[in-house]
Amino acid sequence: MAEPWGPHDLGGQEGGPIDLAEHDTAYWEWQIDAMVRLALRKGLISDFAELRDGIERLTPDDYERCTYYERWAKSLAYALVSRGVITEKQLSDQVDAVRTRQEAEGVA
Amino acid sequence: MKGAGFKVGQRVRIADRTPPVHHRVPSYVKGHVGSIERVCGLHGEPEKFIRGDGKPERRIYRVRIPQNELWRDYEGTDRDRLEIEIFEHWLELAE
Repeated sequence: MAEPWGPHDLGGQEGGPIDLAEHDTAYWEWQIDAMVRLALRKGLISDFAELRDGIERLTPDDYERCTYYERWAKSLAYALVSRGVITEKQLSDQVDAVRTRQEAEGVA
Repeated sequence: MKGAGFKVGQRVRIADRTPPVHHRVPSYVKGHVGSIERVCGLHGEPEKFIRGDGKPERRIYRVRIPQNELWRDYEGTDRDRLEIEIFEHWLELAE
C-alpha cells in the first residue's frame, strides 16, 4: 500500500468504532457553509478541491481535533489569506473582536 | 462517450504516485489493477483547481477491483469488489 497523503487518507487503517450519534447543525456551522458557497460564487476560491487541499494540509493533530465545519473554516481562512483576499492581521483582529464581544455578552 | 480513452472491460492500473496536493486517489488503491466498469463523464482536474480552473477537464472512470486483491486476509467472497471513480490521468492500460 502506498504511503498516505495527509491525515484524511485513512482507508484500510484500523479506525475503531463509528460514532453514530446525531447532532444538530449549529448556527455558526451554517454560517461557514454559507461563506464557502459565497466565496465560490464570487470566485474568491476556485473549487471545493481548493478547500479540500487546505483540509488535507492540516496537521494530524488539528485534523483529529477539529470537527467537520472547523476544518472547513480553517481551510477557508487559509485560502483567503494565502490568496490575499484578507490579511492575517484582519483575520486575527476580527477573531479578537468577536471574542471580546462574546465575553461582554457572557457567551464565551 | 465519444473518444473515450479506455473502454468498458479494459484492465487498467492505477498510478502509484503521491503529488503533494489534493488528488482524490486514496493510497490503498494506488498500484492496483482493476477493470473499467463505466465512463462517468468529465470534470476539471483536482490537482489544478488549487490555483486555477482545473482545465483541461479529464475523463472519470469507474474502476472495479476485487476486494481480495486490495486487502490481505480478506474474509469475504471472491465476488466482492470495490468500485471507485478515478481520473483518466491516473490510469494506464494493464495487459
